[in-house]
Amino acid sequence: MTDPFRTETGHKSWGRVVEGEHQVARPRRTGAVRDLLHQAGDRGLTALAYGLGRSYGDSNLNPGGALIETRGLDRFIALDVEARVLRAEAGVSFDDILRAIVPHGLFLPTVPGTRYVTLGGAIANDVHGKNHHSAGSFGRHVRSIRLERSDRGIQDVTRETDPELFAATIGGLGLTGIILEAEIDLVPIASAFIDQRTEALTGVDHFFDIAETRAQEHEHTVAWIDCTASGDRLGQGVLSCGDWADEGALTPHPAKAGPALPVDLPGFALNPLTLKTFNLAYRKRQLMKPARARIHYSGFFHPLDSVRDWNRLYGARGFYQYQSVIGFETAREATRAMLTRIAASGLGSFLAVLKTFGEYAPEGVLSFPKQGATLALDFANTGEHTLSLMADLDRIVAEAGGRLYPAKDGRMSAGMFKAGYPDWTRVEAMRDPLLSSQFWRRVTDD
Amino acid sequence: MTDQNRKILVLGALSAMARESARVQAGKGASLYLVGRDGEALRAEADDLRVRGAGTVDTLAMDLTDTIQTDTILANASAALGGLDTILLFYGVLGDQAGAETDPGEAARIMDVTYTSAAQWVLAGARHLEAGAKSRGVLMTASSVAGDRGRRSNFVYGSAKAGLSVLMQGLAHKWGGLDDAPRAVNLKLGFVDTPMTSDVEKGGPLWASPEDIAAIVDRAIEKSGPTVYAPWFWRFIMLAVRATPHFIFKRVNL
Ligand SMILES: Cc1cc2nc3c(=O)[nH]c(=O)nc-3n(C[C@H](O)[C@H](O)[C@H](O)COP(=O)(O)OP(=O)(O)OC[C@H]3O[C@@H](n4cnc5c(N)ncnc54)[C@H](O)[C@@H]3O)c2cc1C
Repeated sequence: MTDPFRTETGHKSWGRVVEGEHQVARPRRTGAVRDLLHQAGDRGLTALAYGLGRSYGDSNLNPGGALIETRGLDRFIALDVEARVLRAEAGVSFDDILRAIVPHGLFLPTVPGTRYVTLGGAIANDVHGKNHHSAGSFGRHVRSIRLERSDRGIQDVTRETDPELFAATIGGLGLTGIILEAEIDLVPIASAFIDQRTEALTGVDHFFDIAETRAQEHEHTVAWIDCTASGDRLGQGVLSCGDWADEGALTPHPAKAGPALPVDLPGFALNPLTLKTFNLAYRKRQLMKPARARIHYSGFFHPLDSVRDWNRLYGARGFYQYQSVIGFETAREATRAMLTRIAASGLGSFLAVLKTFGEYAPEGVLSFPKQGATLALDFANTGEHTLSLMADLDRIVAEAGGRLYPAKDGRMSAGMFKAGYPDWTRVEAMRDPLLSSQFWRRVTDD
Repeated sequence: MTDQNRKILVLGALSAMARESARVQAGKGASLYLVGRDGEALRAEADDLRVRGAGTVDTLAMDLTDTIQTDTILANASAALGGLDTILLFYGVLGDQAGAETDPGEAARIMDVTYTSAAQWVLAGARHLEAGAKSRGVLMTASSVAGDRGRRSNFVYGSAKAGLSVLMQGLAHKWGGLDDAPRAVNLKLGFVDTPMTSDVEKGGPLWASPEDIAAIVDRAIEKSGPTVYAPWFWRFIMLAVRATPHFIFKRVNL
């Protein structure tokens, strides 16, 4: 028999900063996973599941160990249109799911900013969308999960049968077992179109003044912030809200993604001037659109998916994402402080996103979303400069009692992690002893 | 034809290319009848295809080298599908070239799977489509560029694919001269990244994915000519390969 593991090097996470050598296996049947775990164990390696690699930093990486790529586990198992329940293998992508269910008038209960995530990855990060305030995070809609564990074999886990393992697995960063299959609830839609409302934001206060009201008025809300603006204009941007249109065709998005960015942009292409120009132009373009418009869901939820490999925009050195969430009591001041620091650095990003999370209690032990405001930004990797900016942001977030999103992180300190997720030991207790990631080793090491 | 959904028999339904092709057709509302060896795996594919939008999906687990009952099986498939109009044949075995030169059993295995049985299915399928679907019918086979010129690394397999290609060429010739006849399309595949080629180092512009092939199959079902190189650039590569004089070709390690 040929060796199912191959040695591979290079960038495998979305930010393209972290590199490492992995023993990679690509099973095509869920039944093959058990043996792969045993083989990894026999070689003295730890293992980790890897979906579509859309996490930015190192939570989906395990350098020196094994990676089990789940994309071959991509079969649907059952769709009950009446009951609105879908069961599928963990490597099925949201892209595939939406193409299959939209014609039936069904949609995923919540979707992240890209369709190119797997079902397993969405569970392991308990992903959120623009409708967190009306639907909660993805984990809330998961009915059951089938795990393969090196120590206990196959486990079918629900909130009822094993509440602790279930809560550790939702947002569990892939550490509680390889997810083979999952069953989720779907939601009905009357059309594939969203009625979008676009309005200008004059600054941080404006956002916080209207965010609550807009969240009550609309199912989906998100703001884009020009993070190069400072002074009076600090936090200026565009707020976009949306609701499912009550009539229109049930046409899924097209099968083929758009053109790919063919090469890395040279590092100098991204400098304070180009960033400022881009942000100004972007704001202008957004505000030129009609205040109200009916648009297809793909344009509303997944505008970035129309350019494949856009992560190469940041050049060969890659980039970091930084996403925080801060409770409402301190969010306004902390957001102002972060934006001030970022504008001063000249390191702002193309797309800075600000949104509020609703009052849903976190679904998993390590779920990122909690009530408050979340700010997400990209920073080109310019080495020390970028790291010291993020260290300053860490201080603001920590002081405000906030936390960072592991899916986006490749560098937070153990202290920062443990302060944000004081219950992390519950996941450590439920961890499959064979599974680990670079992220986990970093943030749990003292 | 878009107003009427296709009714497709897939022979060798568990190959990576067959799976992707079936998914594309399911998404367009086709009904499918899947034949392959592993019954449990076929059932999993059938479940998947139903969710992706297929009409009906039925499965039959059998060894395709058993060709005694081809006509009965085709009739059963047609009954299950409510009239069969499209046959896609995807199976074959690369085998071990060195083994085939020393072990008659290995040679026989490669030839039986890749040519002898495949040819029986093609002939039975042709009978069936001539009698039934007529001009709506499509018979498509997945052959290989390995059949265009024998080379030392795989000429037993290549000879079997050459046989299949000539059979399909003849069928296309026959049908091309008739009114209201089905269409025969033979794909000549280059390098495809599948489990069959898992021991080969991959990557580079010559390698196609099963998804790429599924898109070519989709076009072949609707309108392609009798011979389709997949992807298209293999037509020119093979033109050059066939035109290379023996005294040069013999030095090339292929
Ligand atoms: C453009 C863009 C926009 C984004 N927008 C959002 C957003 O709006 N909201 C949001 O929440 N996130 C967002 N993300 C992040 C993304 O949704 C998450 O990182 C998601 O988990 C990625 O899924 P993946 O399949 O690529 O998983 P990977 O990144 O490959 O892996 C993520 C984690 O899941 C684990 N995992 C994967 N498969 C399995 C399995 N079968 N069993 C067990 N564990 C598994 C891995 O071990 C790892 O810990 C965005 C990312 C991008 C690139």
